[in-house]
Amino acid sequence: MDGAAVLERVRARFGAGVVDAHDHRGDHTAIVARDAVLSVLAWCRDEPELAFDMLTDLTAVDYLRYPGREDGPRFDVVYHLYSIPHNHRLRIKVRVEEDDAVVPTAVGVWPIANWFEREVWDMFGVRFEGHPDLRRLLMYEEFVGHPLRKDYPIERRQPLIGPGA
Amino acid sequence: MADTARREFMLGEGAGTGGGSQNLKLNLGPSHPAMHGIIRITAELDGEVIVNADVEIGYLHRAFEKDCEVGGYNNAIPYTDRLNYVSPLINNFGYCSAVEKLLGIDVTERCKYIRVVMSEISRICDHLTCVGATAMELGAFTAFLYMIKAREFLWELVEDVTGARLTISYGRVGGVKADLPAGFAEKVRHALKQTREVLDEVHRLLTGNRIFMDRMEGIGALSRAETIAYAITGPMLRAVGVPYDVRRVQPYYVYDRLEFEIPTQKAGDNYARYLVRMAEMEQSMRIVEQALATIPGGPINVDFEGRAIDPAAYVDRGKQGKTEGLLLVPITLSPNLEGQRRAELSGLNVSDKRITLPPKENTYGSIEGLMNHFMLIMDGYGIRPPPGEAYFAVEGANGELGFYVVSDGSDRPYRVRCRPPCLPPMAALHRMIEGEMVADLVPTFGSVNMIGGELDR
Amino acid sequence: MGVGTFFTSQLDAAIGWARKYSIFQYPFITACCGMEYMAVACSHYDIDRFGAGLPRFSPRQADVLFVVGTISHKMAPVLKRVYDQMTEPKWVVAFGVCTCTGGFYNNYATVQGIDTIIPVDIYIPGCPPRPESVLDGLMKLQDKIAAQVQRY
Repeated sequence: MDGAAVLERVRARFGAGVVDAHDHRGDHTAIVARDAVLSVLAWCRDEPELAFDMLTDLTAVDYLRYPGREDGPRFDVVYHLYSIPHNHRLRIKVRVEEDDAVVPTAVGVWPIANWFEREVWDMFGVRFEGHPDLRRLLMYEEFVGHPLRKDYPIERRQPLIGPGA
Repeated sequence: MADTARREFMLGEGAGTGGGSQNLKLNLGPSHPAMHGIIRITAELDGEVIVNADVEIGYLHRAFEKDCEVGGYNNAIPYTDRLNYVSPLINNFGYCSAVEKLLGIDVTERCKYIRVVMSEISRICDHLTCVGATAMELGAFTAFLYMIKAREFLWELVEDVTGARLTISYGRVGGVKADLPAGFAEKVRHALKQTREVLDEVHRLLTGNRIFMDRMEGIGALSRAETIAYAITGPMLRAVGVPYDVRRVQPYYVYDRLEFEIPTQKAGDNYARYLVRMAEMEQSMRIVEQALATIPGGPINVDFEGRAIDPAAYVDRGKQGKTEGLLLVPITLSPNLEGQRRAELSGLNVSDKRITLPPKENTYGSIEGLMNHFMLIMDGYGIRPPPGEAYFAVEGANGELGFYVVSDGSDRPYRVRCRPPCLPPMAALHRMIEGEMVADLVPTFGSVNMIGGELDR
Repeated sequence: MGVGTFFTSQLDAAIGWARKYSIFQYPFITACCGMEYMAVACSHYDIDRFGAGLPRFSPRQADVLFVVGTISHKMAPVLKRVYDQMTEPKWVVAFGVCTCTGGFYNNYATVQGIDTIIPVDIYIPGCPPRPESVLDGLMKLQDKIAAQVQRY
């Protein structure tokens, strides 16, 4: 199934749950509502015609300084799905506001979401509701803030020992 | 009561001396001889069996994704070298292709072949290092010495082409830094012959070796369903019998025109991963040989009317002051200032003045070239993809290496995300080692081929 | 110069000579430079020629600490601890530009040179340094060891 048909299936099944969809450079993207994301992901995995058995990647983007998105929802949580039997891809996005940066966890759907979500929490400060063990993945526990946020200065160091500690 | 004293020493005071037993916590890493990379495993042991393991990573986090947002699109390339530093060329090309996809351009035919050749050489280096290091940690130091010897021959090739052994920064958005040097095919033939000899020797030393197999066979196995659920790709997925390879299922560059096999195994244990890697090296060598036999040459630049134009003639026209229409003529990049070598460097990069730097002789020789150069280098100018996002995956040595690039229309990437092929197997490492002996951790960790730069970014 | 002085200086020279050819190194490998470290340790460049062929993976058995690769702030306390565990006399080699100055990683995560945490004897710049420059650095370290220059 090609990307457009996949998008069509998702839209037909979830209707208003799919807020928007687009296709840029052949990457088909569905933007879904936060309440619907978990059922969309689980359905994408289980529906035999889609069979997205692999969560290739899960990340986030901070749109704080993106032209046109300055006061829109700040974060996009991005899921990249791939289906081994059908060899097609789909990108799913969820938009969340800064003061309500919570997304339901996908650990129950794919176990790999555990680490990916820990990384997103570490780097962006987006919480995943229901995550069994939401610790930082890359930085240390003493670190304050979330470094990949656009308002975290790249040179703000928080050393554990040595000068400045 | 010597026993009690020992228990207290191992388990701490109040460990209880009576009935019931208590598991021992063992901390491995971050600096540990068996960890050829820095991770920390807190294992809970019952006797010698690991019952529970917590893997902690991040000791080599050096802010790759944040660094990419600071400079222009080409400035991120040196950082990509240092993601998977055992096969940096694949990282380079993966990132460049993601940006090219975002720009909506296609690289030239010759460049695609060069990328294929260099990627495969890099893949062989990676597998050599991985298998060699695994064997060394099991005590087979000879195999390690042999494989590093072979890698050294391949690194000489890489150095010939890129000018560096390891951190090569060879890829460019829209092409590569420089063409293959003269006599490259001959050198490749020599190096591959050496590599094949080494692989033969290692096969005789390890494959079927009782000691080696006892440590590898049936150890660290992961089921097919679990491998997929953990999004593990590359040799580890092929070791459970799934012939998933990005080069085959979603071919990029010219992989669809080359003949090669996807080696698979069924067992999914360390030994199966070893066999897959060994077989893949042979396939990579096949690809290199085929690609070098069919690589196209000759100038393919065209002027604005579609006629082929010689770069030397271009410069001459500019020097004579006949600059009318010249700015519209696409030209190609030369990595050096030696004007005589221009001819052999033609046809390498995308003929798009908004992306590819002009030849250095043009930069220094004509005002158009100088302006073109400035427009690409100056702050606030440079390569400017239209707003949007793109994900591009290549087959890295450890699996699917994806780059997700978001552009806001400016000259800097708004966000670069690297999908590290190492991270899923590390997330599943606890599933592989739980229930096995402490000593089995070493070959399992070796067969995962964790590369810190890529895992922690 | 009394006899005693003559004797001790000659003894020092003898010990220095012996030490410089029996370097037991602790390779604290974290990153890319480790690949070049492997190349140096293997047959082509063969660090064994300089009497430094045997890595010791316990700080208590090693006398030269090779810090190979970027040190992040998360890793810094570990490095300090390994250094503290080594017994005197000990030397430290900063292998690669990340350990010398931080290199081109100037961001929230990386230490800007390990000499902000532990003392360093020899700096080997390069990203990563070629094996030839590693061997050059090693020979300079040997000169320093032979001269019996000690910090304590």
